[in-house]
Amino acid sequence: MFPLEVSSVEINIKGKRILGPINLLLKQEGISVLLGANGSGKTTLLETLHGLRKLSKGKVRWSIPNKLAAKEQSFVFQTPVMLRRSVLENLMYPLRVRRFSKPNAIKEAMHWVKKIGLEKKIIQQATLLSGGEMQAVAVARALITKPKMLFLDEPTASLDGLAKKTIEDILVLAAKNDTKIIMSTHDLGQAKRLADDIIYLHKGLMESHCLKDEFLNSPPSDAAKQFIAGDIII
Amino acid sequence: MNEILQGLAQAFWLIVSLDTELITISLRSLYVTLTALLVSTIIAFPLAALIVVTRFRFRRFVITILNALMGLPPVVVGLLVYILFSRSGPLGVLGLLYTTSAMIIAQAIIITPLITSVAHQSMQGLWADYRDLLISINTSKPQRIGTLMWDSRRALITACLAGFGRGIGEVGAIMIVGGNIDNATRVLTTAISLETSRGDFSLALALGFVLISLALSVSFATHWFGKTERGGLW
Amino acid sequence: MIRILFASAVLFFVQINTATANQVRLAVTSSFHNSGLSDHLIPHVETDLKLDIQLVVVGTGQAIKLGQNGDVDAILVHSKPDEEEFVKTGFAKHRRQIMFNEYVILGPSTDPANIRLANSLLDAFRRLSKVKTNFVSRGDLSGTHKKEIEIWKKINFKPEKYGKNYLSVGSNMGKAINIAVAFNAYILSDKATWLNHKNKGNLIIQFEGDQLLHNQYSFLPISKKRHSHIKSKLVEKIEDWLVSEKSKNLINSYIIENKQVFTFNAN
Repeated sequence: MFPLEVSSVEINIKGKRILGPINLLLKQEGISVLLGANGSGKTTLLETLHGLRKLSKGKVRWSIPNKLAAKEQSFVFQTPVMLRRSVLENLMYPLRVRRFSKPNAIKEAMHWVKKIGLEKKIIQQATLLSGGEMQAVAVARALITKPKMLFLDEPTASLDGLAKKTIEDILVLAAKNDTKIIMSTHDLGQAKRLADDIIYLHKGLMESHCLKDEFLNSPPSDAAKQFIAGDIII
Repeated sequence: MNEILQGLAQAFWLIVSLDTELITISLRSLYVTLTALLVSTIIAFPLAALIVVTRFRFRRFVITILNALMGLPPVVVGLLVYILFSRSGPLGVLGLLYTTSAMIIAQAIIITPLITSVAHQSMQGLWADYRDLLISINTSKPQRIGTLMWDSRRALITACLAGFGRGIGEVGAIMIVGGNIDNATRVLTTAISLETSRGDFSLALALGFVLISLALSVSFATHWFGKTERGGLW
Repeated sequence: MIRILFASAVLFFVQINTATANQVRLAVTSSFHNSGLSDHLIPHVETDLKLDIQLVVVGTGQAIKLGQNGDVDAILVHSKPDEEEFVKTGFAKHRRQIMFNEYVILGPSTDPANIRLANSLLDAFRRLSKVKTNFVSRGDLSGTHKKEIEIWKKINFKPEKYGKNYLSVGSNMGKAINIAVAFNAYILSDKATWLNHKNKGNLIIQFEGDQLLHNQYSFLPISKKRHSHIKSKLVEKIEDWLVSEKSKNLINSYIIENKQVFTFNAN
């Protein structure tokens, strides 16, 4: 389904442009990290690529029909959405939607429960987990369908070190296993650890898209320079 | 005051002596209202979920109508059903007038808007949480409806209880379409009305107490059922 | 799930709804039922004729409406002008007199209108119209209500002149009596219902025994010409039974508080 081709995409809300125009070409390999200050349009861009937003202008095109591509994608929201069910049932859900048999879904879900270290909580109501546990479940639920494309919107924003590590490890492994990842973050350290390439957004516009080292060594703009330096960007 | 005590005593004796007529009438009350409830839920729950997950032109209008229909006067429903099923009416050939079937139909008409509204309210809230996730997972509309119904089942049981309460205590409609015929369509409420018109207040009151205890036991049974269910924590 | 199980279980045990060939539906006036006579009589009819008789207890006005719509097979009512109209318009084959009882005026034991001293029914109503203490009217176009209207007309008095002391309650006989008890009001009632009524409060019979208070009950089989589904043959059997010797004995022997309340007068 790759490459993903984004051409002249704009998102306007009530006549006000909040994103774009964006032109972007994404290849299958690696982890792309979306950087930018709050309000720079990271979430909007992710949602747009995933097809949750109505385009005001332009096109988002996969190499296969968008309908088929939709089935190969998963999305992890900034605040994890837990179904009011047990942990196990949350993990089973995307599989059941894809008409997996119950035993197969359970088997797969058990596998992922172990990966995120929640074996002892499989029958617990997912909405009662801690923030870190919920996000881990959300990531596992997103990966359980073996998507070719995984979007994550600041998945570790409010997590402590250990929880962050669990999730990052899973993401690195997934990327190795042929899942293309785009995630947004404003944690520069995380970008350094995970990114292959970096997309830098500023005020709804894409200022650069380049390899990690290139971005870090020669920031493409003043805003990016300030971002890397840790300054407050206005 | 004396009458209340007499009524209580009489109710007690009627129950402990397993009065055949009382049992028949009580069972018939249950049969009519539970069947009406069943019919109503089959219509109401998917309908409520459908209204939640679909955007259509007259959506607000439909919701307003449903809310207004909650206050549908039973007597009017009774009259309409009577006219419909009277031998001279459009459905007269079915010969359903003065049968429990006609009573079930009348009660279902009374109950359905009520439980649709209650179900809609609760599923609306759940949908606000779930919307992005379910769209992201690429669920079909029936799957969304199913998920909403399943995950809000507690609220739906409450809706059922409300519907049951309205049905079991209803007298206006079933008096007209059932006719309060001894051994055929007499239920607790119409029997109470009859005994009142005979001036036998203590017997009427006794039947009233039986009706109340019936409603209470159904409520408790439901509560108990909900409690024993796994993960009943939310 | 519990609902489904429960519903199907109850459905299994209670087998109702089965319309059978020997089922006959009669709309009867509430006084026939509230007086207790129906419980005294109908079981005998059912055993003798091997019928399942379903009584729909309503006022005469509604009974006639149900008959017109073909919702019942026959009606037993007490309002002669309406009955004759009903036969004339072809809804009933004929009108068969079965029995009579009498109307009485109930009133508070203190009798503020002094109708106890009245020398005729019309005199009693005149006294009521002068004093205008609480009066409860059925107000439901039942036979009793029609009788009341007829009497007011005879003394040329419009009950509206009563003002708010005239309570038109739109209820059946028993419920109307309950209201009269609560308001300590006068009310026109059939004697049988009154005698069988449990909630008597402060009311007693204050006037009775005028020819105008004669209350005739008649049986009217619905015409098959109007409604082809009417079970004419079974209705005919019931009619024959109602005018029989056995019926006569049962009706005349129906006693409440040592008083015969209905008198058989079929011909």
